[in-house]
Amino acid sequence: MIRLHVFAAIAALTASGMATAADAPPGASSCSGCHPVTAGVATPVPRLNGRDAAQITTAMTEFRTGKRPATVMDRIAKGFTDDETKAIAAFFAAQKE
Amino acid sequence: MTQTRRMARRLTRRDVMKSAAAAAALLPMPALAQGAAGRVVVIGGGFAGASCARALKALDARINVTLVEASRTFTACPFSNLVITGMRELDAQQFGYDKVAAAGVTMAFSAASAVDPQAKSVTLADGNRLAYDRLVLAPGIDIRWDGLPGYDEAAANVMPHAWKAGEQTLLLRRQLESMEDGGLVVISAPANPFRCPPGPYERASLIAYYLKTKKPKSKLILLDAKDAFSKQRLFQNAWKELYPNLEWVSLSSGGKVTSVEPASKTVVTDFSRHQAAVANIIPPQKAARVADLSQVADRSGWCPVDAMTFESKQQPNIHVIGDAAIMGAMPKSAFSANAQAKVCAAAVAKLLAGEKPVEPRLINTCYSVVAPDYGITVAGAYRPKDGVLVDAEGGGVSPIDAPASTRAAEARYADGWFNTITTEVFG
Repeated sequence: MIRLHVFAAIAALTASGMATAADAPPGASSCSGCHPVTAGVATPVPRLNGRDAAQITTAMTEFRTGKRPATVMDRIAKGFTDDETKAIAAFFAAQKE
Repeated sequence: MTQTRRMARRLTRRDVMKSAAAAAALLPMPALAQGAAGRVVVIGGGFAGASCARALKALDARINVTLVEASRTFTACPFSNLVITGMRELDAQQFGYDKVAAAGVTMAFSAASAVDPQAKSVTLADGNRLAYDRLVLAPGIDIRWDGLPGYDEAAANVMPHAWKAGEQTLLLRRQLESMEDGGLVVISAPANPFRCPPGPYERASLIAYYLKTKKPKSKLILLDAKDAFSKQRLFQNAWKELYPNLEWVSLSSGGKVTSVEPASKTVVTDFSRHQAAVANIIPPQKAARVADLSQVADRSGWCPVDAMTFESKQQPNIHVIGDAAIMGAMPKSAFSANAQAKVCAAAVAKLLAGEKPVEPRLINTCYSVVAPDYGITVAGAYRPKDGVLVDAEGGGVSPIDAPASTRAAEARYADGWFNTITTEVFG
């Protein structure tokens, strides 16, 4: 019994070191309020999962500078630094499409 | 019972110290040494609570997550102003918990009747008792029945608040539908803070649209306990353009409602009395009752929380998210509730694993529909600073001068947002 507990504790420690959604960079978890995670949702807003990271970063930069037309993304993109944006882009690029 | 406990204690002394030392030699000890990933109880199955429960299971399937919710059907408030004005049916607002349960969340369809922060347990109305390592409260709001003289639960059956979606939404709709053309509709908006800051103004807009198209001789007066409100210039420009029969009375113009008289549907301010055909009283609010049970609400009636983890400032191991919590610059919206829920889930998963939560960034977007093809927004990003969530750079409202195509696009995006968020939470 005790041995099982210790085994489970060590397994838990090992598992927590794995890259999971828990390691999503700051801000990334908010995006799915508008950008659907699953396919088939009726919305004009594109999914981000599996998109090219550079494509996402470029879009965010252009939203921020006003080069790309937007409804809300021009206002939201300004709230993230270049580094934060890159981390979020890399996270979505690594998600399954 | 005693014997079992004594045995457990003996085993703890003899063996666990030894094995714990062995584990510590390999890796740092987590906060929970008993092996399981932890037990989390979430109270409240709305945008905050159901999102948090699902996010926790997605982060770590081994976390034992129980969602406590009295109702088997959730009725969403966003878009319920369209139901009031007959542009949408209530069933489009309603969601069940089958998919939440299928994601591995244990559903407890009961109300919480007691919370013991010391023993870390929740007692349910059905008699069950749930032990937790971390408790997440997402109870939403309660009406302050002592907040406006004359406005009690009986009065709400005559002068609906419709600020919790469901029967109240339908009651207000029926009253508008049965009102004769030429009637006076009065809306009373409360002082800050309250659920959905742009909500009273969206509602006024859509009721004005309903009156303009169905009962054009009628008039709408919006009595306000404030001088400023969310997306104010956008709303006021739209009203000037679309709704000449809508009159907004600010606090400094005598708009604060001081009492109501349900028998005659009279709404009273310091300066005037309005006898309404339909009166919609949006009353003062507070964090829902379970916040009091858990001793996490302060004298304001709302719940102060840490800006990193949303852990209560009053009770350790209890987190508060959504409308009930004091979230600095973030408004009390469904989008905020969902965003906070995912940040809270990540923080709770880290804390259960004995790790340090990451400093979060959050986003909010609030859509308001002024007319069927006319949408406006406020959006922004938030970060913790000196212990509170503050606005990051950027943020703000839709452009003041924008073509009709922009307003139409935002109305379409509003639809998309509702579909997306309800799919993430309940689908």
